[in-house]
Formats: sequence, structure tokens, C-alpha cells
Amino acid sequence: MTGSGAPLEDNRLHGDPGIERTEIDHAPSAPTVASAMQRERAMTIFEKGAPGRRAFVAPELDVPVTGDLLPDRLRRTEPPRLPELSEPEIVRHYVRLSKRNFDLDSGFYPLGSCTMKHNPRLHERVAALPGHARLHPFQRPQRAQGALELMWNLERSLAEIAGLPHVSLQPSAGSHGELAGVLLTRAYHEDRGERRHKVLTPDTAHGTNPATVTMAGYEVVKVGTNPDGGVDVDDLRAKADADVACLMLTNPNTLGIFDANIEQIAAIVHQVGATLYYDGANLNAVMGVTRPGDMGFDIVHFNLHKTFTQPHGGGGPGSGPIAVSDRIEPYLPRPVIVRGEDGTFDLDEGSGSRAKSIGRLRGFQGNYGCFVRSYAYIRSLGAEGLKDASEVAVLNANYLLARLSRAGVAEYLPLAFGKLCMHEFVLSGAPMKKELGIRTLDLAKRLLDHGFHPPTIYFPLLVDEAVLIEPTETETRETLDAFADAVAEILREAADDPELARSAPYTTPVRRLDEAAAAKRPVIRQPL
Amino acid sequence: MSTYTSVTPEDLQAMLDAIGVGSVGELFAQVPEAVRLGRPLDLPAGLPEQDVFAHLRDLAARNVSAEDEITFLGAGMYDHYVPALVDMLTERSEFLTPYTPYQPEISQGGLQVMFEYQTAISELTGLPVSNASVYEGPSALAAAGYLAKLTNGRPRFVISRGAHPHSRETLHTMAVGYGATVDEVVLSDGVTDLDALRDLLGDDVAAVFVQQPNFLGAVEDVEAIAAAAHEHGALAVCAADPLTLGVLEAPGNQGVDVCIGEGQTLGNRLDFGGPSFGFFAAAEAHLRKMPGRIAGETTDVDGRRGFVLTLQTREQHIRREKATSNICTSQALNALAGVVYLTWLGRRGLGELGELMLQRTHYARETLAALDGVAALHDQPVVREFALTLDAPVDRVLDRCAGDGVNAGFALGRAYEEHPDGLLVAITERRSRADIDRLAEVLGAAVAAERRHAGVGA
Amino acid sequence: MAEASYPEDLLYHPEHDWTKIADGVATFGITWYAQDALGEVVFFDPPEVGSSVTAGQSYAEVESVKAVSDVFAPLSGEIVEVNTALGDTPEAINDDPYGAGWMVKVSLSEESEQESLLDRAAYVASLT
Repeated sequence: MTGSGAPLEDNRLHGDPGIERTEIDHAPSAPTVASAMQRERAMTIFEKGAPGRRAFVAPELDVPVTGDLLPDRLRRTEPPRLPELSEPEIVRHYVRLSKRNFDLDSGFYPLGSCTMKHNPRLHERVAALPGHARLHPFQRPQRAQGALELMWNLERSLAEIAGLPHVSLQPSAGSHGELAGVLLTRAYHEDRGERRHKVLTPDTAHGTNPATVTMAGYEVVKVGTNPDGGVDVDDLRAKADADVACLMLTNPNTLGIFDANIEQIAAIVHQVGATLYYDGANLNAVMGVTRPGDMGFDIVHFNLHKTFTQPHGGGGPGSGPIAVSDRIEPYLPRPVIVRGEDGTFDLDEGSGSRAKSIGRLRGFQGNYGCFVRSYAYIRSLGAEGLKDASEVAVLNANYLLARLSRAGVAEYLPLAFGKLCMHEFVLSGAPMKKELGIRTLDLAKRLLDHGFHPPTIYFPLLVDEAVLIEPTETETRETLDAFADAVAEILREAADDPELARSAPYTTPVRRLDEAAAAKRPVIRQPL
Repeated sequence: MSTYTSVTPEDLQAMLDAIGVGSVGELFAQVPEAVRLGRPLDLPAGLPEQDVFAHLRDLAARNVSAEDEITFLGAGMYDHYVPALVDMLTERSEFLTPYTPYQPEISQGGLQVMFEYQTAISELTGLPVSNASVYEGPSALAAAGYLAKLTNGRPRFVISRGAHPHSRETLHTMAVGYGATVDEVVLSDGVTDLDALRDLLGDDVAAVFVQQPNFLGAVEDVEAIAAAAHEHGALAVCAADPLTLGVLEAPGNQGVDVCIGEGQTLGNRLDFGGPSFGFFAAAEAHLRKMPGRIAGETTDVDGRRGFVLTLQTREQHIRREKATSNICTSQALNALAGVVYLTWLGRRGLGELGELMLQRTHYARETLAALDGVAALHDQPVVREFALTLDAPVDRVLDRCAGDGVNAGFALGRAYEEHPDGLLVAITERRSRADIDRLAEVLGAAVAAERRHAGVGA
Repeated sequence: MAEASYPEDLLYHPEHDWTKIADGVATFGITWYAQDALGEVVFFDPPEVGSSVTAGQSYAEVESVKAVSDVFAPLSGEIVEVNTALGDTPEAINDDPYGAGWMVKVSLSEESEQESLLDRAAYVASLT
């Protein structure tokens, strides 16, 4: 191993994310507290504790005890082999585990297409208020007026931001919203006596688009990309026929480019009677500037966990409301929030009044806890603040792009398309691989040693060795500078010794993991 | 107005200079004039933090939560106590604010939690393969339908009417996309009618769905239902309440192929219906058809134990239109709450809690069914919830009880037109004998008052 | 195997599949080039014995950690045997693509199809 002490120093410079770090292999190797913790922490909760230990004490059994309440054949004989630990042991186990995570609160997280903006702490506080957190979803509407008003207000806000009049908050995530959107399209066409079989997606599309299309019973047809990074309009025209149900599009797209032909695209799609679907993954670029509805979209999904700053929780929860045009409204999922003439709110679950509805997508009304947070966000920023957020997101992205366009970086990591970008941009690591002998993956792993979360890599698929960078509006200029400097440093270092990047990282709780072994002979639970 | 941004006028000038443009507006040059909004969004102006807090607090105050009344409302989500350590751990930045663990070297905490969670779910359900969680219960049931469709390609689902109405509706919605139809099996005396099930079965059935305990609180004979499904080569799918699996036999030991369910009862709050998590466990044969994230164990280049997302070729970002699901995310934070809660309960606690619910539920059913104008809707074994019929209009009775600070339960007529006079009563460890006795007093009085009222009118 | 190799005694399909024919039964597998492009193979999803395959059509899938590839049949016929050992040792497809990494044996239905396949020289030329 030829690593040096430099990366550790860089961590201090750039703001150590606070992750528990182990020493570089060749570094002075006296047994340390950290390395002892490392070994202990590699044990799962099922390998800790001892028979008889416990944290939970059951409330008193305060009713007369009756035997034989369950026939033997229905009763469990062998209890599940859950861990047996005291509360202090449980807390210590999970707190130590937490220190083996990188998180947004500790460091820069420029993960393209994920919009890792700051999560305001106010949101956690208001979501935890018992009036929200302990409200039962089957509480009768007249006794849940605050919650229904909040949802109504959030629906109205999202409708205004989307430029589409009707909203359902129900979908649980972006992919769930997509599925809702394609099922809405199907219901719309079937109601008109039409059977269509194809859905168009651009070749830059996120994988959820084609997966959703299949689950909704359609065939995927790919549309090409033009040299400017937008939809190939001629290809679209050739493929748009009466058998096409929908075109799913992101604008700006996954290359960070706003498709200036959007009006023409909408016209082509509508001409053949198809719907235009907006994947809201990149809405953070255009709030208050332009709206999907004004661009001609019929159906939009929002990612509350991206644009409206729901904490990502290490992979969920999310929330994926949809907004639709008048012609799609009759098919919206049940239940629908309605406001009576007296200003009170109700949930319309009825099959009669919503006979054309596609039905439910999940249990209850959606991820209300997420609605509370995103509503708080919209009320905090207001009209002006939301537009400001998008403008600064685009400013920050272009600034970081400019900083990465310097000599020593741009020749190895050129911008894949265009000159400027919206809220994110894609670099190609192909020259870096050819000239310096390190891949995009190696760059990403070396960034870990600098205390940064790497960008999204190898997506979008049509860019060779892609690096997709989205800084968001909540990062400072100093952070963007530090990130650009780290990339330059890694490339400089690779010119001397590419092995440093190829074997990175060195300072993380574990180093590169054998994913092939994990997939070949899967061990997906603790043997007990 | 809060912005959470940091650009000063000096920053702005320096950044525009570096980019080589004169204004932020130039950065939006790609957006055609015709599609620009050209006016401010029609939304209220932004507010300072303290004002937003006050507004959200005022909205919360207009809800009647489990904090404000003695509640026996369940029907899919339950008012269990969430221990303090769950809040403390889920609020930690390191668990709250990361994205999906795409970089395993700096995500070992989250990945190991997923691995531990999967182990716990396998133990609970008696099935060897669990994913890292899906959205929630009803969509998990529909996802099991997709697994069945991918496995045997058959075009029909058969679901017990004892499954949660939201699960049945979600399956109906999704089946349209799968190209499948859905038939419902009636209940008799509170449980799935086996003869009716057999009549509906055939070689075109992809899967049979049953819920344990069912929506009316009754414990189902899951083994017999699974056996009937298997006779026709259909998969048996059981939606289970995980918190009852300390006392009820594991579905995996009863022949079930896939066990899914709503995870809210494991350390997650009510949150007016979400976010919570859905769990998804299956027999080994279905490993490569599972939806969602799965964490697996491996080693790093230095031989240290570590965890990664594995079997990713099932997923949408690789297999795209041939993926086993379009789902991207698990409900990692909610699943963390779940595994911490199960650890807190521990091996003995889960059974003790189940036994406590079993006894109190029995006591409550006996006590309430003895009231004038109140009867048990069925006589099946119950664990945490039971159904009654009232000789009085249920909504009016609920209003009267609410006036006395008691939420008596779920009006079954909201979901089952065949039970317009039904009331579903849920018991958790938070409802003591004194609470149950108070319910008996209030409910008895309310039913009596309504009967008197009806008598006067007649 | 680390070094590229393309045995003389095989016939090749342009989709990077090889076949070896003996007594009307052909053995199929993927070439060194294909396994190298795929990276470390972690899973082979075999077809069922008795199913038929068509020249130029996919008959199985092979997976690396982050990719799935269709495996194409060089010739048409009925599958008479599959290499079940690949279930436990998919790495044989990388280590020994022409030996232990074979995938299926097929009873050929159209012997004349082999005239359209490439010999070693033509296949190797197609790779550059």
C-alpha cells in the first residue's frame, strides 16, 4: 500500500463528516481504541447479549387469566429467536453503528438526481407533535380537521407549483407516483374505448420508468437523444403513433439539460392522443420559473423527499404525490379530500362519486408525516423562497461546473453535453480512464477519503463513465470550492500513481467490499 | 422567509464571474419564453421558523389524537407504545439524513441495520428470505401478487374478504396493470370460508391471499388455506400483523410461500397512516423474484466483515423493463425503528406482549358482549382485536362515546356493507383493564341511550 | 482465465457464443470476450431440459454484480442437458469458459445452420 497521510489532512480541511475512520494500513499501527471498536462493531445484534437479558418490561397482566384462548395448532411453540439485550447494550450497538454511516448533516452529498438539500430541523419537531404523530388514520374526518386542512393546503400548493389543478398525495414514492401516472393514462384511454400498448421513454430515462411501464402492462419503446442532449424530435415523431399511450419525460432531463423543444414534443404527443408524463425528479431546477402544466404535461409526480426536503432516512421513507390536468382528474386514486361549503374537510372514499377512479394505491391517505414536513417547508420559503431555491440550485451547479472546467480537470472529466447546465450536470470520465488509468468508480472511492459523498456514477447510461453531480442550493461556495479542489487533487495524484485511486478508500470503516461474493452465495440474514 | 441558502451579494458576483455570465437569469436561457411562468407563484409569502411552528402546532391542535382520548381504534394501525430509544435512534443525523447506501464503505451502519432487520423478519415469519422493506402493508400485498405473476404467469388472484379493505383495493388497482383479475372469498362466522375458497380455485390462479389475524380480528386457519392453494399450484400469501407472531404460529411453518404485512405495529407511530413500512418475506425459491433492496454479508479487501446491497440485478436500475419491481427505495428509517423495537422487546418480550394482548382482548370481548344491545360478531379466537354488533346506529354510538372521551373503535360499515351495525375494537398494551372497563361503561350507556331514543321514535 | 483465447475446434456466433458439435449434439457457452466484458459472473439462470432453442435467440441469462446479459443460441434444437454445476460455481464461466463453463447441450434440429457460424479466424477478426 502506497497511501500517504495526505487524505486525513484533507478531511480536516474540508470538514470531516464525523464518520468513524480507521487508520491507513501503513500508518503507525499501535492497537487503538478505534480498531478495537471496529472489531466489536462488526458483530450483529443477534451475536450480542445473553439469554435472560431484557429491556422491555410488560405492563401488569391486570385481567383474569383464561387458559386455552388459542387452539394449540394455531399457537406458536418456538418463539422467534430475537436478540436478548439490556437497553444500554441496544443503545450502544446502534449508536456505534450510526457512526459507520456518512450523512448529509455531516458532509457534502452531491448525489445527482437525488437533490440532497438540507433537512430543516423544524420539520422533525412539528412532525413529532402528538396531534400529528399520534393521529390515527381512521380517525373520523370531523375529528381530524387539522390534518385534512394541512393536506388540502399542500395539495393546493403543489397544484400551483406544477401548474396542474388536481392533486393526489397518496403515492408513497416517486416510482409509486409513476405507476399511478401510467395507470391513470390507461384508465383515461380505456374510458374512451381505446386500447394502447406502448409507452415511450427517452434513452436517458431513470430505470424506474421502464420498470413502471411493464408493471402497468405496457411495452417500452425508447426514444433517442439529439446531439444537444434533448429528445430526438424526429425519432419521437417516427415512433409516436395511435398505439402510444404516453411519453414519460424529465425536464430538465437526467443530463441536467432543459429541453427547449418541449412545446413541439408536447404537440407531437398530444396529436396522437397520448398523455405527457412529467417525472418530477428534477423539479428543483425550475420552481417558480416554469411549470410542467405550462409546458404541456398532463401528469406530474413530485418527490417530496427531494424537492421538498424530506430526510431520506438511509433509503426511505419518501413520498410521491401526483398532479394532473382536468381530463385526468376523474381517474385519480381514492380517497379524495373535499372541502364543504362550510369550510370543513372530508375524505371522499365513495365508489359512487368516484366511479372512474383507478382505486387505491396503498393503505390510508399516504405518508402524512412527509406531508407535514414538506408543507412546513413550503410555508417557510413561500413563493419567493421556492423560486430562490431553484435559482441558487442552478447557480451552484453552474459554479461548480465552472470550477471543474479548469485545466487539470476538464481534459479528463469533460462536460458530456452543452455548455451550461440546470441544477445538475454530467461529466464523462472516459478521458480520465484512457489517460490516467482510473475509472469513475475509482474517483468516487477516492473522494470518500476526502470526506465527500461521491456523485451519482454510471448514470445516465448513455454517457461513458458518467459522473452526475447535483450540489443543491443549500451548499456554500466554500464547500463547492473544496469539492472541486479535491477532484483536481485526485486527478493530479492519479497522474503520478493511479494505484492510489484504484485501491481507495483507505480511511473508511471498511474498504472495497466483495460484491461478487455477496451475490454468488447470498448471506442475507444472520445464521442463528 | 427561510431559505436555507447562503449566497451573499459578494458570493453571487464571484460565482457569476467564474461562470462567465452576467446574471442568474442567463442560466435559464434554455427555457423558452412561451413556457415561462412570468409571474410569482400564487402562494403565501414565506414565514420565519417560529411562525411556521405556530401554524403547524395550531393544525395539530385541531386533530383528536391518541393523546387526547382513550382510543380503541385499530383496523390496520395500532396505538402501541413507542419506546424512547426508538425516537432517539431514528432522530440521529447518521440514520435520518443519508440517502440509500450506494457507497457501502461509508454506509455500513445502515446496511448492517438492514441485515439485522432481514434476520428479524425471517425469524418472525418463519421464512428464510426477507428484503429490506417496502412501502407499507397493502402495497406489499400487491407486490406479492406481482411476484406470483412473475413466478407462474397465471391471470387470476383469489383474496379473502378478511384481508384489509385497503389491501384488497390496492390489489384490484395493481392487478389491472399486471393483466390479472381478482376474486374475493366470503367469510363465514368471521373467517375465510374454505368451501367458498375451493370453489374459486383453479389452475389459472396465481396466488391466494389471506390475512392473519383477519380484519374482523379472527385467527385464520392459514395452514388449511395454504394447502388448498397448493393443490392448484397457486402461491399462498399471508398478510400478518407482526406483533401477533409471538403467540400465533409463524406463517412460514404453515406452508405459506410469501408473508407480507404492515410494519407500523413495530415501533412506528400512527402518523395519520404513514410513513411506516411493509415487510416482505418468502421461501428460498423466490429469492431472485423478490422486489426491493436486499442487504447481504461479505468481506472487504482486508478481510473485514461488511455488508452491501446485493442481488441488484433484480432491480429497476439494472434490469429496467424486466425488473422484479419498479420500487427503488425501502423504508429504511421505519425498518430501523422496527428492528430496534423488536430488539427492545426481545425474545421473551414479544411473547409476553402477545399474551397480554390475548388476555386483555378476551376480557374486553367478554365484558363488552355482555352489555345489553351488544353481541360478539363471531366466536373465533382473537388476539388483539374483535368485532361486535350493536343494536343501535354505530355512528351515533361513536359520537356519544367520543363525547365521553372514549374512541370506541372502527365502524365496520365504513368498509363492510354486510356489517352496517358492526364495531371493531382494538386492544394494545396501552389500554389497561381500567380503560376497558371505562369503555364498557361508556359504550353500554351510549347503546342504551340510542335504543331508548329509537324506542321513543317508534 | 486471464489471457484471451479462442480455440480452433469451435464454431462461433457473432453474439460471442461458441459451440462444439459431436454426433448431432452441440455444446454451447460464451466466449472469453463475452465473459471478460461481463466481469465476474455471479449467477447463471439455466433453461429447462426439453425446451427448444432457436439460432440467434436468447435461451438463458447470465449475471454479473451490476449487469444482466442474454445468452444467445448459435444453433437451433432441443436442450438435452444443462450444466447444473454452474449453480454453485458460476465463476467457472470466467475461469474456464470453454470447459467447465459450458452451459447447455442441444440436440440439433437444423444441422445446416452451422454453415452460417464463424470459424476462429473470422470471429477473432470481428473483435477488432
